[in-house]
Amino acid sequence: MSADKVTDAAAVPPNKENKENKVSGGSLATELVRASLARRYAAERRFRWYGIFAIAASLSFLVFLLASITIKGLPAFSQSFVNLEVDLSADALGVALDAPADELRRANYAGVVKAAMRERFPNVDGRSEKKALYGLISTGADYLIAKRVVANPELVGQKISFWVPADDELGALVKRDADFSQPETLVTRMSDQQLAWAAELEADGDLEVRFNTTFFTNGDSREPELAGIRAALAGSAFTLLITFVLSFPIAVAAAIYLEEFAPQNRWTDLVEVNINNLAAVPSIVFGLLGLAVFINFFHLPRSAPIVGGIVLSLMTLPTIIISSRASLKSVPPSIREAARGIGASPLQVVFHHVLPLAMPGILTGTIIGLAQALGETAPLLMIGMVAFIVDVPQSITDAATVLPVQVYLWADSPERAFIEKTSAAIMVLLAFLIVMNAVAVMLRKRFERRW
Amino acid sequence: MSIATLILVVLALAAAGFARGRQLAYRAADDAGGIRALHSLPSHYGMMVAMWCALPALAVVIGWQLIQPLVVTSLIESSIPESVHSAGQKSVELYRNNIDNLVEAGDIAGIADEQKRSIAQRLIGLQDIARAALVVLALAAAIAGAIVATRRIRPDFKARTSVERVVRFFLVSCASIAILTTLGIVLSVLFEALRFFQQVGFLDFVTGTTWSPQTAIRADQIGSSGSFGAVPLFVGTLLISFIAMIVAVPFGLMSAIYLAEYASRRVRNVVKPLLEILAGIPTVVYGFFAALTVAPALREFGSHIGLSVSSESALAAGTVMGIMIIPFVSSLSDDVITAVPQAMRDGSYGLGATKSETVRKVVIPAALPGIVGGILLAVSRAIGETMIVVMAAGLAAKMTANPLDAVTTVTVQIVTLLTGDQEFDSAKTLAAFALGLMLFVVTLCLNVVALQVVRRYREQYE
Repeated sequence: MSADKVTDAAAVPPNKENKENKVSGGSLATELVRASLARRYAAERRFRWYGIFAIAASLSFLVFLLASITIKGLPAFSQSFVNLEVDLSADALGVALDAPADELRRANYAGVVKAAMRERFPNVDGRSEKKALYGLISTGADYLIAKRVVANPELVGQKISFWVPADDELGALVKRDADFSQPETLVTRMSDQQLAWAAELEADGDLEVRFNTTFFTNGDSREPELAGIRAALAGSAFTLLITFVLSFPIAVAAAIYLEEFAPQNRWTDLVEVNINNLAAVPSIVFGLLGLAVFINFFHLPRSAPIVGGIVLSLMTLPTIIISSRASLKSVPPSIREAARGIGASPLQVVFHHVLPLAMPGILTGTIIGLAQALGETAPLLMIGMVAFIVDVPQSITDAATVLPVQVYLWADSPERAFIEKTSAAIMVLLAFLIVMNAVAVMLRKRFERRW
Repeated sequence: MSIATLILVVLALAAAGFARGRQLAYRAADDAGGIRALHSLPSHYGMMVAMWCALPALAVVIGWQLIQPLVVTSLIESSIPESVHSAGQKSVELYRNNIDNLVEAGDIAGIADEQKRSIAQRLIGLQDIARAALVVLALAAAIAGAIVATRRIRPDFKARTSVERVVRFFLVSCASIAILTTLGIVLSVLFEALRFFQQVGFLDFVTGTTWSPQTAIRADQIGSSGSFGAVPLFVGTLLISFIAMIVAVPFGLMSAIYLAEYASRRVRNVVKPLLEILAGIPTVVYGFFAALTVAPALREFGSHIGLSVSSESALAAGTVMGIMIIPFVSSLSDDVITAVPQAMRDGSYGLGATKSETVRKVVIPAALPGIVGGILLAVSRAIGETMIVVMAAGLAAKMTANPLDAVTTVTVQIVTLLTGDQEFDSAKTLAAFALGLMLFVVTLCLNVVALQVVRRYREQYE
């Protein structure tokens, strides 16, 4: 401030008007500045608030996104069951008492389940009414009973109580703890008749909500209450395995070459430009590459994790190469010089000294690259990994789908119950991504060396 | 023996070769008067034997995999009856596929057609012979290689040099995969796109204004003949990308400015990773969010204020895409803003400018090339983004600039044209590759320009 005064005094000779303002030491210029200060400080504050607002808005988008998915997805982790007294007499099943497993598998379970429902509500008749009654429980109920009976053949001839999954409409109501005694308050596609039956079941304690293990043990299904992510998880695991096995060694080797050995020439420049550009090529273009080259040219199987893994590893290569190079670069030259000094060959320098020191950084980059690959959907649509997969894939050449594609498929399904399944699958996917990123951060914090 | 077992056996042989080679090296050293007489470490001799053992054998396996189908196919085709051959190449292929499928099914004895059964049996015989021959050849190559290599173990043999030459070759070839990938993308997309342009003129494609790719599969079918004017797709893509940028640029840029210029270290360390989470969420999640939360909300809101919003509006997809791109813009701008030398800021403060004036009048103009480069990269990201638009934008190819309307994009059409089963030669599937070519070329140009701008900007201040 004092410096200002000196210049002002030198530039503008003091005069009458100026005298009044002398206390604050002003000239015409200072006057102008002073007058504008309030406005300028307000602008300054506004600008600051814009920044805070931008960050707050972005973060609230994030919170809103995660919250909306969690709220939608949580119900999918529980499942509603209906208790049935199932008559497994040989007569009802249509098999002999000591029938072999093969025959047991084909027995009439659907009939048994229907009979159990009729027995539970004896005064139901008429075709449409019966159909409505059977609609209370999942169409997969007979399959579950069949599985149980084949596993325990001694059950034939007994009458057992069996908790079968409720149909998705009923299930959703039970999970919401709906009050069946006041059907007019419920928003549902179920008929009044069905609601009355549900009220009766509830009164007898034959409705129950449990943790949804089906969601983790089943493959895909057209019935929301039977659909699970097991097949998609296995597909993702196989695909990610291939991606890792291919991309990690190749990327590390490429990074070592570019960082430690590559001469300054056209070829090296070309490789570097290519890597930078590949990192920004849209993922769907990699899908086109996979379709044209691996499926149509090399005739690898469609929908298989092996093709998905190859495509994803080509996609993640640039990411891993770039981070591996950064990690190799951060190892100080003195390490290399010391190793050279005691007679190590250039390759020994790299493999015995530089690479181990750079490894934490390389692994961090690899995990982040794999996390990207795990969430990738578009290229896998191109190579046919959008199949409806019920069975868990057993090998890298079986038809499979992956978790994000399963999310995409379910998001397209018309049944309302699939919305919660989709959200739940997203939650599982995000959980995996969070774990992977947490591991990456931990690796960096724990092992990264500052030289 | 399956291929996987064969490879495992070869690798086991190589491991044995390693042990043997090292042992022989020690023995040679003893004969020559101590370990110092060896040129290389004993393990280098072992590595050399292992490489001689595994590499030729693996080369045989890979070469065989490429050649075997060609040879077997031509042999099988020669035994297909003359009547089929005279009906043209297509029917020969059909016949052969038929036999392949029969063999795949496994029930040879159950094939009704006498001729087909004999050919199927011949095919199985050939495959068995080929597999056996491969096993014999590969193992012979492995053992021969190992013997040649062990013969060469002598104290003055430069094992390390020869091993390192191979390793270096491996490193170079890994680095070259990037070029191969680019080449693969260009060739595969270009090749199919050229086939498409033989059927539909290039000019019709880039200037036509009607997009309806439905073609009649059979000649007698009634259906549209298919028109491939891609302009509506370009318009839709640009509209959605534009909306995304309107969301992403102000939010991203302001966040970056705040984080770089105002925020304390602590705030920065917390907020930056949180923003990065937005970039780490899979796009399919954004797509789901856009389709099931944002789009219905916009529609609801629109009907309240008397606007008719399409249920798959460009606005919903664009907004969500913008949110996804915010961290991308913010981290790129953050980098370039922090790269502006502190001296420039100090100069501005010295003249009495406030912080925001410094940012607006000095820092941003200085960082502008870098910021523009970052925005160009973000645009290329938006153009190539697939899942959000597939799930939240529509399929209707409309030429409109109304953000409340449903539009379709290049990526949506590629997915629609290529998912599901269809024949590979139809104009419909080839059109997807033509669109892919456009997408690749446009994003490549954007990226090259952007990277160039960013790089030149960095050099300016270094």
